[in-house]
Amino acid sequence: MSILINKNTRVMTQGITGKTGMFHTQTSRAYANGKACYVAGVNPKKAGENFEGIPIFGSVRDAKEKTGATVSVIYVPPPFAAAAIWEAVEADLDLAICITEGIPVRDMVEVRDRMRKQNRRTLLLGPNCPGVITPEELKIGIMPGHIHKKGRVGVVSRSGTLTYEAVAQLTELGIGQSSAVGIGGDPVNGLKHVDVLKLFNDDPGTDAVIMIGEIGGSDEETAAEWVKQNMKKPVVGFIAGVTAPPGKRMGHAGAIISGGKGTAQEKLAVMEACGIKVTKNPAEVGRLLKSVLK
Amino acid sequence: MKIHEYQGKEIFRHYGVATPRGVACFSVEEAVAAAKQLGGKAWVVKAQIHAGGRGKGGGVKVARSLDEVRAHAKRILGMQLVTHQTGPGGQKVRRLLIEEGADIAKELYVGMVVDRGTQRVVLMASSEGGMDIEEVAAKTPEKIHKVFVDPAAGLSDGEARGVARRIGIPDSALAPAGALLQGLYKCFWDTDASLLEVNPLIVSRDGRVVALDSKINFDDNALFRHPEIVALRDLDEEDPLEIEASKHELSYISLDGNIGCMVNGAGLAMATMDTIKLFGGSPANFLDVGGGATAERVTAAFKIMLSNPKVKAILVNIFGGIMKCDTIATGVVAAAREVKLSVPLVVRMKGTNEDLGKKILRDSGLPIISADNMAQAGQKVVAAIKKKKAKPKPKVKARAKKKAAKRKKK
Repeated sequence: MSILINKNTRVMTQGITGKTGMFHTQTSRAYANGKACYVAGVNPKKAGENFEGIPIFGSVRDAKEKTGATVSVIYVPPPFAAAAIWEAVEADLDLAICITEGIPVRDMVEVRDRMRKQNRRTLLLGPNCPGVITPEELKIGIMPGHIHKKGRVGVVSRSGTLTYEAVAQLTELGIGQSSAVGIGGDPVNGLKHVDVLKLFNDDPGTDAVIMIGEIGGSDEETAAEWVKQNMKKPVVGFIAGVTAPPGKRMGHAGAIISGGKGTAQEKLAVMEACGIKVTKNPAEVGRLLKSVLK
Repeated sequence: MKIHEYQGKEIFRHYGVATPRGVACFSVEEAVAAAKQLGGKAWVVKAQIHAGGRGKGGGVKVARSLDEVRAHAKRILGMQLVTHQTGPGGQKVRRLLIEEGADIAKELYVGMVVDRGTQRVVLMASSEGGMDIEEVAAKTPEKIHKVFVDPAAGLSDGEARGVARRIGIPDSALAPAGALLQGLYKCFWDTDASLLEVNPLIVSRDGRVVALDSKINFDDNALFRHPEIVALRDLDEEDPLEIEASKHELSYISLDGNIGCMVNGAGLAMATMDTIKLFGGSPANFLDVGGGATAERVTAAFKIMLSNPKVKAILVNIFGGIMKCDTIATGVVAAAREVKLSVPLVVRMKGTNEDLGKKILRDSGLPIISADNMAQAGQKVVAAIKKKKAKPKPKVKARAKKKAAKRKKK
């Protein structure tokens, strides 16, 4: 089992004709059941054409109606990405995964506000995220597929390469993953740690979860409080940025300690107090998870 | 992106936000002329740097005569102004703002940021202006009033006046104060600001509400639609290494330690810094080479790291996913050769074409220390520095000779 996506998911790529969209659609399609899963592309100017056999439609709605795709992955450039998210939401897709990095925060505030006010059912993953993978079934995003292994551990993280690091450690220890989810490093995004933890908690195919966070905001604390009250499975964690100084943005738009809030120490303390086993050594995340498996 | 106070106030005026009259100056003579032109009996001489806490650091002075304006301007211009936000080295003052004096009856605080939880702009206001607002928030949170603004509707008349009343603005000034808050919100929204602060916002003795200070930071991701704001950028206020890095699409931040780090991905970069610290070392920088690093970019990254004289060793940590390890290894070897690397280099590579990458490093003949995982990499780089320090004098001399030879070549 898995969360969010599996081998029966049907996917469209928004921005399929751009350099990034083309490249990652190719590699994702080459992974596991990708060939059957990637069924459509969207580009309003290239409707009727195709990308390596994948038909291109003029709109998300059109692509959904003609192919049955219910999930979209978005590689549209930053100035137009929020509009692309909204198009996926308006077409009532199940899930929109926005990989695009560098979207203005104001655009995200607007689109998230519309989603809430109109009570939209579409889940948003990202933006500025690596995507989601259900090993040996389907990869949607930019993560390297070959480091993954099918199994029963869930991974949720704000950072891309740090997710790969955790996954590779698990795979090396012979521990497979149910799904690995990157929620992205932007301050205003869709699914948060707590939302993904809820999904893993309800997934019969997941036995334990690795949660990786970083400095800034209070999403990890919120998730930890929820774990304390509701989580039936062991969770282990790591927070990047113990050495990050306040006021300096560490690459991700959301990774900044401001007003003395959002430090790694504070997050680690709350997580520990909520029963999450944490480590300060990122090379130990895999082994820590192994120690909590029955 | 950050701008100066005087630039922020110019933007405020476009949004109908009252500010004192003032003139930006680059020399003492200009400052005196500005004071004359402004007239009146009192002026404020304000250092313009991109950091807060200027008053406490001695960068803001009241002058009661033109001679005093001259004296303050002379002292402040060119000084290394040290505040809690500049670091111990301080920041050189190159610009001044000369303003008319204000007759202050009440000092208030207004700030705005995007709140991650509600995903809205939050307006924060307090009756405790002029103070360290973080301290107010920590000690007396009830004195901070918040409005989470509906992005579709904007800050309403009722919300604006309500918060104005709660921070102690007299009834007679509620209407203009409300309009001022609405102006500030519109300014924040229109300009894609990421932070806006007025500390203090004052009520003058004659009942006017005026922004005595301004601080605006902008969302870098939105600058493409604000050429007028990009034009306000002052490169003198930015770290030259960070500017150089941004030219190569590298995300670089200077830190205080002595171990240079080059990593792909922001989260992994932070985790690498943490690992160094865990084993008793101290990172000299944060450097994310991004997902699509080329050999050229790796070379640029090495040059930037090494132009920091504090760097005594380098740790490269790459998780090759889309980016292949052999590509990175080739880049690292080329860069190490080009910059004639003289400090220990520890490389940890993982992922696609890992073995090929390691072979390239081994075959290069360079004294590269290889590590299999992050913990080992951290331990090895910290040990490399210690070992170097412990080495007897001859080695140091040899290095000095090498350096001298290098200088001669130039």
